[in-house]
Amino acid sequence: MSVVSSKYKTVKPDEVKVWFKAASVNDFPKDGGACVKYKDLQIAVFNFKRLNKWFACQNLSPEKGEMVLSRGMIGDHKGIPMVACPLHKKTFSLETGENLNGDIEPIATYPIKIEKENVYIGFSE
Amino acid sequence: MQTVIVVGNGMVGYKFCEKFVEASKNKEYKIIVFGEEPRPAYDRVHLSEFFENQDAKALEMAPAEWYKENGIDLVVDERVSDIQRGTKTIVTAKNKVFNYDYLVLATGSSAFVPPIKGVEKEGVFVYRTIEDLEGMLAYAAKLKETNPNAKAAVLGGGLLGLEAGKAVMDMGLEPHIVEFAPKLMPRQLDSRSSQVLQLKLESMGLNIHLSKATNQILGEEYITGMEFGEDDVLDVEMLVVSAGIRPRDELGKTSGLEMGVRGGIVVNNKMQTSDENIYAIGEVALYNQMIYGLVAPGYDMADVAVNQIIGNTEKLMPADIDMSTKLKLIGVDVASFGEPFMPASKGHSIIFENKTQYLYKRINVSHDGKKLLGGILVGDASDYNMLHQVYLNGMAIPEDPAQLILPASEGGSSFGDVMDLPDEAQVCSCENVTKGQICGAIESGEAKDLADVVSCTKAGTGCGGCKPMVKDITTATLKSLGIEVKDSICEHFDYNRQDLYKIIEVKGYTTFNEVLDSHGNGGHGCELCKPLVASLMATIHADTANKEYAIQDSNDRFLANIQRNGTYSVVPRVPGGEITPDKLIALGQIAKKYDLYTKVTGGVRIDLFGATLNQLPLIWKELIAHGFESGHAYGKSLRTVKTCVGSTWCRYGMAESVSFGIELENRYRGIRAPHKIKGGVSGCIRECAEARGKDFGLIAVEGGWNLYLGGNGGATPRHAELFAEQIDNETVIKYLDRYLMFYMRTAKPLQRTAAWQERLEGGLDYLKEVIIEDKLGIVEDLEKEMETLVNKFECEWTQAVNDPEVMKRFNHFVNSDEEDDNIVFVPMRDQKMPRQWS
Ligand SMILES: Cc1cc2nc3c(=O)[nH]c(=O)nc-3n(C[C@H](O)[C@H](O)[C@H](O)COP(=O)(O)OP(=O)(O)OC[C@H]3O[C@@H](n4cnc5c(N)ncnc54)[C@H](O)[C@@H]3O)c2cc1C
Ligand code: SF4
Ligand code: SF4
Repeated sequence: MSVVSSKYKTVKPDEVKVWFKAASVNDFPKDGGACVKYKDLQIAVFNFKRLNKWFACQNLSPEKGEMVLSRGMIGDHKGIPMVACPLHKKTFSLETGENLNGDIEPIATYPIKIEKENVYIGFSE
Repeated sequence: MQTVIVVGNGMVGYKFCEKFVEASKNKEYKIIVFGEEPRPAYDRVHLSEFFENQDAKALEMAPAEWYKENGIDLVVDERVSDIQRGTKTIVTAKNKVFNYDYLVLATGSSAFVPPIKGVEKEGVFVYRTIEDLEGMLAYAAKLKETNPNAKAAVLGGGLLGLEAGKAVMDMGLEPHIVEFAPKLMPRQLDSRSSQVLQLKLESMGLNIHLSKATNQILGEEYITGMEFGEDDVLDVEMLVVSAGIRPRDELGKTSGLEMGVRGGIVVNNKMQTSDENIYAIGEVALYNQMIYGLVAPGYDMADVAVNQIIGNTEKLMPADIDMSTKLKLIGVDVASFGEPFMPASKGHSIIFENKTQYLYKRINVSHDGKKLLGGILVGDASDYNMLHQVYLNGMAIPEDPAQLILPASEGGSSFGDVMDLPDEAQVCSCENVTKGQICGAIESGEAKDLADVVSCTKAGTGCGGCKPMVKDITTATLKSLGIEVKDSICEHFDYNRQDLYKIIEVKGYTTFNEVLDSHGNGGHGCELCKPLVASLMATIHADTANKEYAIQDSNDRFLANIQRNGTYSVVPRVPGGEITPDKLIALGQIAKKYDLYTKVTGGVRIDLFGATLNQLPLIWKELIAHGFESGHAYGKSLRTVKTCVGSTWCRYGMAESVSFGIELENRYRGIRAPHKIKGGVSGCIRECAEARGKDFGLIAVEGGWNLYLGGNGGATPRHAELFAEQIDNETVIKYLDRYLMFYMRTAKPLQRTAAWQERLEGGLDYLKEVIIEDKLGIVEDLEKEMETLVNKFECEWTQAVNDPEVMKRFNHFVNSDEEDDNIVFVPMRDQKMPRQWS
């Protein structure tokens, strides 16, 4: 599991080297998520319609090492946009990756942008 | 280093250790504890809970590791057989010798078995230890194999006897209580209240025999009956003796300590015996010429002994010991406090009695009408905690004291606010916690809610009787600090589930965003409120989970149960558990084709595990082609109606349980509720379908069905309660429609029917008034609403596989048809399972 999780590192906007075109905006559910494959990475992408924002993070649950976060429910916790893991309802900030209801290690987050109705995720390699 | 040896690891012996560890932190003592029972101390007060779950661990006061962590040597399964006071040593039954500086005798008591001829026969039990209970369970099971209508008697109609009566009733035996005195609970109740209790217990199926002296126990090797007089015989196959307790004082006797005339080791108010280095506490200690058969005084004694030993010699046992008790006997509240039977020379009694509702309340008031001296409550003891506090603290009472016990509708007021109690009022007598300590924990910021209060003060962790009051004090203190206590569903709504139900129904909202924007707190929802609103939409508009899938719980969103490794399980509906060979073959072939792990579930259907997200729709297409439909195993909805074969095949069957089970499962399939719902239908009282462990259960009897409501298995198992007897199919459906709908309207989120029913004010009687007598005038609406849900049923999986938009949901990746490469299975017993979590 540690081998898998070590592949996921937060990418800051100024570290982006590759903007990967993932899919069309219509492929993602409103106020929900879906999973994007990039090389050997699985990235959860959320269309946070109520905020008119998009978020990307690792699909890997840091608690259990399963690829499930994109199937989690999104919403906010005291104003912080978050996703709840479908396995045990651990919640993570979509902005910082921090675990909001416990002290599990944070998840990696990635920059995201929309151009011409397409969703792009930023990677550093 | 001084050595303290504790003999007896029961409730009080344990409490001594706990308090000793706390109080002597930096002092040098070695503690050695001997217990004769094979396990560490457990909660004897809640012994009867063992019947429900047979989980001895759950009753433990503290696990064996606790003793180790605190430097205590715990030796279980070893009796201390002798004390040599001269050399200050003890000897164990295994002939080991230990030295002590202080010796603490906490050997408790044993059940008193009167010397009746034949009591040694097999099938006669006492009710004191886990081993006793295990023996009873095994014996009862054996009896029922040969005679399903076996009878069992309890000798003794006191507090413990009635509890044992409930236990034998729960074991499925016909219960009889045999009492020597002319009334039940002679020590706590006066004649009138005792009669009220008796009527109530009889109405629940307990057979009560008063003024009976047992001459002999009949039978050869096994008990077959009890003989009271020449022609007065009661046939019973099992007997539980509950005729009082006798202190386990043999060590005191053999070592020459001062003893009471009728037993018990005499102690002074320091808990010292006649030997100043030997203390006695709990049910073995004779204090004020009394053995106190309750835990709270025992805990106080433990506290005194601890303080005396470590040198706080000013801590003494009070002369007056409060013997007030409140308990729930077979679901009936019984409480008595202060002086329950006060003679007329001391004051006046005010009595309220209503036999039709099995209610009795008596309070004893001083002649000047200013002080409460004691009282008795039967049927409804909700006022007990307050009355008890008023009594203990000598608080002023209303000018017309009758108001203390009159029902609110008749001019009585719920007198007394918890905040009127003085700070020193002892709220939790088991743990000796005062009101001031509870308020203090909250005011200092240490505790923020009830759970915190309980964990930092320990209030409510003993017998639990004070819990309602602890809760009230907590709520009131939080309020006084400006902290509002709401049962709102989450930070996004200031409403509870029932409020939201009404709002959505009245305003006709159909989407989550409408509800959130008009009645929310400005946020964006979360994993609590989204699925809740989804469930309400399903109940109110008969929406399936496909309608607004982003607000569904993950399982509802993918119409399958997510498993350990992120794969899913597939459970098609098999109504009533009836399945044709062809369908069974089809299931097998599909499982084989997709290499699914296959298992029969506890709800008599077949669960296929290990399907990836991408496979789900493919599997379901095939299942649907073979005539299956969604089993809603993933939803907070009806799961299964378990049936026995009933009169179709079974030689005992009295009705067609399978046919009716199928009808019910098909009727309620798909409806969404606050939590999952399960049903069961048995063809006769042998109850092979375990219907009483379900939310609704039916058992065929002469003349119709007995309907049981509000049971469940799970973490807190509860038997369903008998709601109606000998009713026909049509009436069953009528009542069930109303019941389920009423539950769906009013329960809290994720509250099973059992918990909901238990917390319904007015209990089962109220439920009957609403559902049978239509007290609220709503049954017509309830039936109509249910009818709509039944008529609008649609299989979610059929909807899903026929809609290309919905099908998109089941791709693991949006940008690739590949499957999740992180999933790893390992082989197990000819099938597969997910690899272990690291
Ligand atoms: C079914 C039931 C329900 C009850 N309900 C209530 C209630 O609702 N409220 C209430 O206040 N009280 C209730 N009680 C009473 C309560 O359980 C007792 O008051 C309490 O357990 C007494 O504690 P104790 O430690 O003195 O004795 P015990 O719990 O009996 O412990 C004594 C221990 O010492 C061991 N022992 C004895 N002799 C030796 C020896 N020589 N060497 C080593 N070990 C020895 C015994 O095996 C036993 O384990 C109930 C009791 C029962 C049985
Ligand atoms: S419960 Fe059902 S299966 Fe069991 S004995 Fe009765 S009819 Fe037969
Ligand atoms: S009992 Fe526990 S482990 Fe077993 S299926 Fe239920 S939740 Fe899972």
